[in-house]
Amino acid sequence: MSRYSAFALLRNWLGGNTDWDPVWRSPEPASSYDVIIIGAGGHGLATAYHLAKHYRPGRIAVIDKGWLGGGNTGRNTTIVRSDYFYKESADFYDHSLRLYASLSQELNFNIMYSARGILNLAHSRHEVDFQRRIVNAMQLNGIDAELLGREEVLKFCPVLNGDPNARFPIYGAMRQKRGGTVRHDAVAWGYARAADALGVDILQNTEVTGFRRDISGGVQGVETSKGFIGATKVGIATAGHSSVVAQMAGFRLPVASYGLQAFVSEPVKPVLHTVIGSAVIGSYCSQSDKGGIVCGGGIDPYPSFAQRGSAATMEKVLAGIVQLVPTFSSLRLLRQWAGIVDYTADSSPIIDRSPVPGIYLNVGWGGGGFKAIPAGGEAFAHLIAKDEPHPLTTAFGLQRFRDGALIDEAAAAGIEH
Amino acid sequence: MMRIACPNCGLRDEREFAYGGEAHIDRPELDCDDQAWEEYLFLRANPKGEHAERWVHVHGCGVWFNLIRHTETHEVVAVYVMGVARP
Amino acid sequence: MTGYRLSHGGGRIDRGQSIDFSFNGKRYAGLAGDTLASALLANGVQLVGRSFKLHRPRGIMGVGCEETNALVQLEHGLSSIPNVQATMIALEEGLVAQSINAWPSLTWDIAGVNDRLRGLFSAGFYYKTFMWPDWHWFEWLIRRAAGLGKVPVVPDPQRYEARHVECDLLVIGGGRRGLAAAAQAARDGKSVLLVDLDQGLPSLEGVRTFEKTAALGVWDHGFVLAASEGRVLHRIRAEQIILATGKQERGIAFANNDLPGIMLAGAIGRYVADYAVAPGRSGIFFVNNDLGWRSAIEAAQCGVGVRAIVDARPQVLPELADRARAHGIDLFFSSLVRSAHGRGRVTGVTIEKPDGLSRLACDFVGVSGGWNPASQLWTMAGGQTKFNERSQSFQPDGLVANVEWAGPEPIEAEPIWTVHGGDEKTMFVDFQTDVTVADIKLAARENYRSVEHLKRYTVLGMGVDQGKLSSVPGAMILAETIGAEPGTLSASKVRPPFVPTAFGLIGADLRGERFRPRRYLPAHEWHVREGAVFEDIGWERPAAYPVGGEDIQAAAEREAAAVRSGVGLLDGSPLGKILVAGPEAAAFLDRVYVGTPSTLKPGRIRYGLVLNENGTILDDGVYARLQDGSFLLSPSSAFADRMVRLLEDLLQCEWPMDVVVQDVTEQYAVWTVAGPNARNVLEALQPSFDLSSERFPHLSVREGQLDGSEVRIQRVSFSGELSYEIQVPAGQAVQMGDALMAAGKPYGLVPYGIEALEILRIEKGYIHVGTDTDSETQPGDIGFGGAIAKKQSDFLGRRALTRRSSLSPYRKQLVGLTSLCGGILPVGGHVRAPSGQSGGFVTSSQFSPVLGRGVALGLVEQGQRRLGEIVEIVSLGRSWQARISETVAYDREGGRLDI
Repeated sequence: MSRYSAFALLRNWLGGNTDWDPVWRSPEPASSYDVIIIGAGGHGLATAYHLAKHYRPGRIAVIDKGWLGGGNTGRNTTIVRSDYFYKESADFYDHSLRLYASLSQELNFNIMYSARGILNLAHSRHEVDFQRRIVNAMQLNGIDAELLGREEVLKFCPVLNGDPNARFPIYGAMRQKRGGTVRHDAVAWGYARAADALGVDILQNTEVTGFRRDISGGVQGVETSKGFIGATKVGIATAGHSSVVAQMAGFRLPVASYGLQAFVSEPVKPVLHTVIGSAVIGSYCSQSDKGGIVCGGGIDPYPSFAQRGSAATMEKVLAGIVQLVPTFSSLRLLRQWAGIVDYTADSSPIIDRSPVPGIYLNVGWGGGGFKAIPAGGEAFAHLIAKDEPHPLTTAFGLQRFRDGALIDEAAAAGIEH
Repeated sequence: MMRIACPNCGLRDEREFAYGGEAHIDRPELDCDDQAWEEYLFLRANPKGEHAERWVHVHGCGVWFNLIRHTETHEVVAVYVMGVARP
Repeated sequence: MTGYRLSHGGGRIDRGQSIDFSFNGKRYAGLAGDTLASALLANGVQLVGRSFKLHRPRGIMGVGCEETNALVQLEHGLSSIPNVQATMIALEEGLVAQSINAWPSLTWDIAGVNDRLRGLFSAGFYYKTFMWPDWHWFEWLIRRAAGLGKVPVVPDPQRYEARHVECDLLVIGGGRRGLAAAAQAARDGKSVLLVDLDQGLPSLEGVRTFEKTAALGVWDHGFVLAASEGRVLHRIRAEQIILATGKQERGIAFANNDLPGIMLAGAIGRYVADYAVAPGRSGIFFVNNDLGWRSAIEAAQCGVGVRAIVDARPQVLPELADRARAHGIDLFFSSLVRSAHGRGRVTGVTIEKPDGLSRLACDFVGVSGGWNPASQLWTMAGGQTKFNERSQSFQPDGLVANVEWAGPEPIEAEPIWTVHGGDEKTMFVDFQTDVTVADIKLAARENYRSVEHLKRYTVLGMGVDQGKLSSVPGAMILAETIGAEPGTLSASKVRPPFVPTAFGLIGADLRGERFRPRRYLPAHEWHVREGAVFEDIGWERPAAYPVGGEDIQAAAEREAAAVRSGVGLLDGSPLGKILVAGPEAAAFLDRVYVGTPSTLKPGRIRYGLVLNENGTILDDGVYARLQDGSFLLSPSSAFADRMVRLLEDLLQCEWPMDVVVQDVTEQYAVWTVAGPNARNVLEALQPSFDLSSERFPHLSVREGQLDGSEVRIQRVSFSGELSYEIQVPAGQAVQMGDALMAAGKPYGLVPYGIEALEILRIEKGYIHVGTDTDSETQPGDIGFGGAIAKKQSDFLGRRALTRRSSLSPYRKQLVGLTSLCGGILPVGGHVRAPSGQSGGFVTSSQFSPVLGRGVALGLVEQGQRRLGEIVEIVSLGRSWQARISETVAYDREGGRLDI
């Protein structure tokens, strides 16, 4: 693997850019592996990277029916944050945010973590009270959070609608300064490159079609479009398609899959320097380094596996953006797309053993999986290697649905990013 | 933007309806075990394909009904009234 | 020919009508019917913009929505629209446009130095550096360099609107095929709508036609959004859609193929025929297909100097060759344009012929690298495509419900994507985003080998034109590089909208107040008259009625004190009012509420909780038994709509019982008269029933007349005082309000708002679900465990209350919190547990005027077992000492309710 640096760029400039190595190999599948991860998205690749780096369980493969990073990892609105209410979530997501902060160095791939701050607006006194509850919870959990007044908000982000008679006047906002954005493709590519360098086989365009199990019920491997591949441990990290894979293995999951849309405008000169959003309005946006305004909102209102999205949701989200920033009304939408996200009842993930011995789950991220990739990978690697939950994810098991011990962050998050 | 045939009102725009979850999930008796309650509350088929689900004509006549919809193409395969078994 | 305007032809222009416009501060004249692009070309302006990354000078390449270079900032009175394609702007008198992405000027752009460093700025270079010490050191610089135009600083003056259209057949595309399909369907008696980006379509009998209208995308079940003139959003519902969207030309990658003056051959043909504009004096056409020849010959016929046609193929139809020769055009077969020359604009090309290289001077070049079907809408509708060898393009394939592809026959073309031998770093594939053959090869070398990886790594096709020109050549060059069969790749996925569309237009129906219409009380004007300050909490409700310069807090304290000592009047109209009637109404409600409505006697009222099946409190509120078989439910205002839906859901799907549900929330206004003098106020209005506590006790309901109006009165209290909720038909709300005010005058009656109500309810420990409860709170947590133990039968959520987490001793429970210093505890402040973690939080807090101290409610871990304990409350860096107390802070015995 050729190391990336400014020096390497200069050297290649003079050498005609001929000296760059492939970022990953395109290997043929081996007949068996010790661990197979299904899903070459951020979570699957990060898991393989952590497994190979810290646990060395033998041969590892990541299998994907399409191209690596082609699912939700490459379709989200790139926001990272840890502004969670419950301690279980706060500890986990903040660990993830901290890993993101040093991930470029860790992977030697610039993932462009931009801690530009996240502003969640409040439009009434009651909402300010509610945000105070969250901000104080975050501070007690050791996470940076501030409550800003109306004037501070408008000073920090002047493009916001400052009209006191607006439909949704601004009363204040909560801000997490370390929140921000990360270049989404770079996360998948960076992990893929690093995992590949550690010997992980990334098998793209290899679709899993079934599981093979032994007499005792334990997993023996997976049937794929390229034939049977043996493995004693299989991890599922297929986001919106988790229930489809689970069905092949013979069990159901407490998830439902929905389309979650994202939108990007034409590129314009820098005008928005932070991430802004409003739970009441139901829209949020940030400006990418390329200049496009990247927008998101709530999920489509019915289950879907079509990566297309409802036009009604598009109208609502973009009208919401205009409520937030009226001058964006004349800005033009360039592209709309959707990812398929699997939601649990409490919007928290499931990182746990499955009902089938040898099959492990890293699913149920809803619209919030991207921000969790580094910690999700670390925790899932731990679970697979040791067959016991990582200390940060003990609360995120399947048992909580039986006990009723939900970690309902929907109330705390307002809308999922 | 789908069009859904309300059993009372005929074909109407998606915006008039609200989705109400998977159909044909039986509510267990009070003396069921925790697992039965968990299955009732949380476990879902969530198929990529034909899905039996409940809808309500919320901005219309208010009727609840079942439909079978393909979750990938959004094709509506069947509409049938509440209380009828899946065709 | 004057300037570059030809003396003949020009089907779209009106030579009699000159139009003045300004570009980059310089004044020009065009003609009516011109686009900005054709007018600029007519004025000999070839340099119109700078590219995104390398800031290379760029000219107009296309003629329609495929244009990739000529983006301008369109100044329109006060507004200023960035990144508009000059080819899509109809020229108007006084139009002002500026180039974008160039500083200080278009001709002398400092960032043009990027072009010198182009080897350094290779595809994805930013992934490989800027990591040390930190991305933040570099990000601001990258951001400043990126972006194209500027967001306007003033609100969008455009008035957008949305319309609904239904038709049997929607035809998209008004070319020959589209017109024929539309006419035929109209003859067959179908209602037909035809939309086209262009104008000047022939009118067809029985066909509605929307010109200057872009179909943005095809969604489920024949739904199409279309934008007319950037101002009207059409929501089209069609039984059948015919896509007659035609074809799009593509370029060929040769060195310096981006010099201004190098255009698509078909675009030149259109400029000549439609606008009588010559792109230059002397041109060369570089083609691989017959249509390229036709463009060249047509241009020559109209008097444009065409010097040569260079065709990659060894031969062409004799008819074409003869016609070209007749115009004095030199023909070069089996030949390629290897590179273009010039500074700032093309001045010549190097041709690679079978017998060697030669150089030709020219001032424009027409390129035709073949044709793609304009299949974007087809793929958006979910259609597949298949590689067609003959035309070297991806043709629509297979079926899509309700959608038919009626595109043109594939145009045969020689597979020629790049001309080798030149500097690959100047062979542009995506012009706007500066993606070159070198970038694609680098991506392939680094194993970014899928079209999606290629697109993301190199940003190919990510420009404003969405790759209309670049995505197929990009995929083909990748295939060539990695030795893949072209058919195994496809062009990257196309996404809506087909053309860039203003946010304001897409959200046209939801602008301003219409985003979420406000709900007004029936007596709104009455409150305005009484000086209310309103707050939007689902409804526009009076927060308080300040007098004499009071702020809301002071007003609320005065109003609350008045209720405690005299009498107050509250508009409680948003309170839910749901009639539930039928022989099985009581049995049904027993399954809904935590309590047992069936044991309630007619005329009486009870407080109840509703849970979801997970055991969480959804709502609280009272229900009255009006008669044996009819109940009136009063869910809280925020829950009323959902309660109706929940009841209907249960009745229609779960428990089909003989019960009907009717939501009458908005049919009645509610006036609450509360305070020790409440009865006196009502007595003054000739009630038709006895108001005494013996005949009309607390928690009962009566129907009759008050002040001559039919009313229903519920004696319930959310303030802890003697209180009557008077329901009158909404139309009589103001009249009843006036009557009550007049009757209350002797008793000092004051109107009070929801802030005073907050004080009163917190003093009494009455909860507000959603504020004093959260997604975990169950009945036992607010002291309702006993009620459940007594009930035998099942109800919503009951089974959930016996799971492990519901039985945990560590649950958060509702308690009162009293600041030791008597002050007001902060809402949202947390109880700091000994571990330093949160042990709960303050949910409601107010200053109690009657107690002269702060009162608060909170959810505290194991709170009900910790009464009397002192805890520390922290909020935003400050700290308070508070005692955990009973929830009821005032009149614990409830004696004031029974006077």
